[in-house]
Amino acid sequence: MSISLPPATENNSNSLQPTGWLRFISFSLDHKVIGLQYLVCGFIFYLIGGVLAGAIRIELLSPISDFLARDVYNQVLTLHGTIMIFLWIVPVVNGAFGNYLIPFYVGARDMAFPRLNAVAFWMIPPAGLMLITSYFINGAAQSGWTAYPPLSITTPAAGQIVWIVSVLLLGGSSIFGGINFIATILKLRRPGLKLMQLPMYCWAMLGTSILVVLSTPVLAGTLILLSFDIVAHTGFFNPALGGNVIVYQHLFWFYSHPAVYIMVLPAFGLVSEILPVHCRKPLFGYTTMVYSIMAIVVLGLVVWAHHMFTSGTPPWMRLFFTIATSFIAVPTGIKFFNWVATLWGGRITLNSAILFSCGFIVNFVLGGITGVALAQVPFDIHVHDTYFVVAHFHYIVYGGSVFVIFSSIYHWYPKFTGKMLDEKLGIIHFVLTFIGFNLCFAPQHWLGLNGMPRRVAEYDPQFTLVNQISSVGALLMAISTLPFLWNILYSFIKGEKAGNNPWQALTPEWLTTSPPPVENWSGEAPLVTKPYGYGEKNSDEGGSPITQA
Amino acid sequence: MLQKTAIYTISISLLIIIGGIWAVDNLNLLPVVASSNAPIYDELFKVLFVIGIILFVGMTGLVIYSLIRFRKKPGQVGDGIALEDNLPLEIFWTAVPAIVVLFVGLYSYDIYERMGGMQSLSTNSHDHHSMNSEGRVWGGIGLTSQDAIERNSLPMINVDVTALQFAFLFNYPEGEIVSGELHVPRGQPVSLKMESKDVIHAFWVPEFRLKQDVIPGQPTVINFTPTKTGKYPIICAELCGPYHGGMRSTVVVEEPEEYQAWFKQNSKQPEMEL
Repeated sequence: MSISLPPATENNSNSLQPTGWLRFISFSLDHKVIGLQYLVCGFIFYLIGGVLAGAIRIELLSPISDFLARDVYNQVLTLHGTIMIFLWIVPVVNGAFGNYLIPFYVGARDMAFPRLNAVAFWMIPPAGLMLITSYFINGAAQSGWTAYPPLSITTPAAGQIVWIVSVLLLGGSSIFGGINFIATILKLRRPGLKLMQLPMYCWAMLGTSILVVLSTPVLAGTLILLSFDIVAHTGFFNPALGGNVIVYQHLFWFYSHPAVYIMVLPAFGLVSEILPVHCRKPLFGYTTMVYSIMAIVVLGLVVWAHHMFTSGTPPWMRLFFTIATSFIAVPTGIKFFNWVATLWGGRITLNSAILFSCGFIVNFVLGGITGVALAQVPFDIHVHDTYFVVAHFHYIVYGGSVFVIFSSIYHWYPKFTGKMLDEKLGIIHFVLTFIGFNLCFAPQHWLGLNGMPRRVAEYDPQFTLVNQISSVGALLMAISTLPFLWNILYSFIKGEKAGNNPWQALTPEWLTTSPPPVENWSGEAPLVTKPYGYGEKNSDEGGSPITQA
Repeated sequence: MLQKTAIYTISISLLIIIGGIWAVDNLNLLPVVASSNAPIYDELFKVLFVIGIILFVGMTGLVIYSLIRFRKKPGQVGDGIALEDNLPLEIFWTAVPAIVVLFVGLYSYDIYERMGGMQSLSTNSHDHHSMNSEGRVWGGIGLTSQDAIERNSLPMINVDVTALQFAFLFNYPEGEIVSGELHVPRGQPVSLKMESKDVIHAFWVPEFRLKQDVIPGQPTVINFTPTKTGKYPIICAELCGPYHGGMRSTVVVEEPEEYQAWFKQNSKQPEMEL
């Protein structure tokens, strides 16, 4: 190789950076530190969002509104949705794992724009704190995470404005991150590394970042117009002043449907990294996986109005969005069949990482099936805005993305810390989470079909028992975080030493020390042309898929 | 060997299909059928449910089977097979879902048309509303009625619905009735023209399998023909403020004579000439 990376010592911008644990609360430019900052910060917000979910499930134990004041209940459900989406799943599946892994995967020493990267992270804690503080000052926003006008215009303005500013900051952070990922993947690849040799997570992040950069600005513009309606009494979305409420919904969902893919595409990428390692098999169908991701990106931009089938949408539009949405099932299905084919004939180590990944496959298949059903206008017209939809999207974002986040933590914790996690605690965590999750959300399909709308504090008494079952599931989910937290903290101090590559993985982040040095590899970056070169055939031929420079 | 596998696969698939059909017929998954729209909906639900069960049980079964069969047993060393792709297999599982999705899409189009979703709104109802010719009316689904009218020669009942925080008001223009409950006769088509006074609400009757948002500044229409007498809840399905969960009303489906009696009793106008 005639071209090479600058040697590690030349990368002196990092020498001014703090070292030790202080790095993690500073404006560090190291992509690995920023990745872990995203992860820990996201997890703290996950716990807060989880407490809010608990409050909702306690309120729903009885059919009357008795636990929270009515406006507080609406604030709680608004904060729960906003926190879980914008402060937990989006920053963690993109920011945390993306920042940690992408530079390794492209063979770079850092992201393309390290300062922009640090700025993007440091926009998140103030935005999150602001959002939560608004609850204690004047009351938080109470119009749901969708903030549909005119409700968002007529509810108390202070909370709604704080919500808008906070989401604008988080959206800005997301755009900065997206630009950084696109630049890093396309421009910072190690010489000799071709696009079609990249690990699948790079493709997932490239696709996701395209969606982020194309759609988040639309949300930002929409929310700015909404804030004008609130503070300056303009009439963009206010029908009393000649505005149109449906236009807001189109603009909002133009971002917020792709946002679902922003939450699940990176998860698809992470699963594609985890399965081959623990199955000791190549990722099945690499090429079709890449094309599927890109197909999902394109289709994902033209399906938004399926959230608006009851909003007063003309018939031709209802049909167009039914067909477009249904067809997303095809590339998504390909990915799932490919993962099952990756399991098939493997030599699978049944550890926590693989269990959470397989739990993800099962949950997401169910969420995908209800998704195709919801895409059909005549089906949706009955269950839209009911608990059926609540069940569906929790199967996608919790059963899907959150299961993958846990799987990823079990898989990469040895790299992050140099210590192994305890497998017994991990399996207890999986069993509790899987049972709790399904107990909580599966019955909600029935609730929606039979007449329970979403976002209510009171409901028909015939639904009491099923709601109580759902709440027991939520309690199990809450309990399941205890062995996980204990595992993370205990293993950090007393865990077994992991060594550099405990899983004998082939992707580049494992070909360095655990935790890795600031410059990622002490020497030159390895050229990994076959990141999934597992399997007996390869070892028979004796050729190593890795070329160490 | 291959024959044996094929027999297993076919018999397991048949079992799943039969199980799915049994489940959808015997489990109480949907509320009572009370409009001409609801049986069509339930037909679609049944098809989607069976396809969904086949896919879900099949995929879950494959994952669990793989985890057990291909788990690393104690003492085993080395990797799995170096299988990277298989073009015929990949073409197969691209084509089959595409065909299934296409089938589901065409089938639900058919269902949608039978529900009256593709009918032009301006022709089938609310001709007496002068507003209609000026403003666009959106929404609208529900078996209405050109056929129902022709078959039964029953006139359509027009009701204006006003939604506000946190109630529905039903205005019968013909009798100048304003009611908090919706009264409709069994077997006669009903057309609701809805508008909101404040924020977005939604009109939902689970037993009718129908929902339509009620929007400020944008009238929407929903049509239905009730088929079963009884009292059914009208539920607001769009977050509309602190009392959203309490924003409910009732639709009373009565025999035509009972409806006429109610109408006469509440009507402010002298009895109309028929």
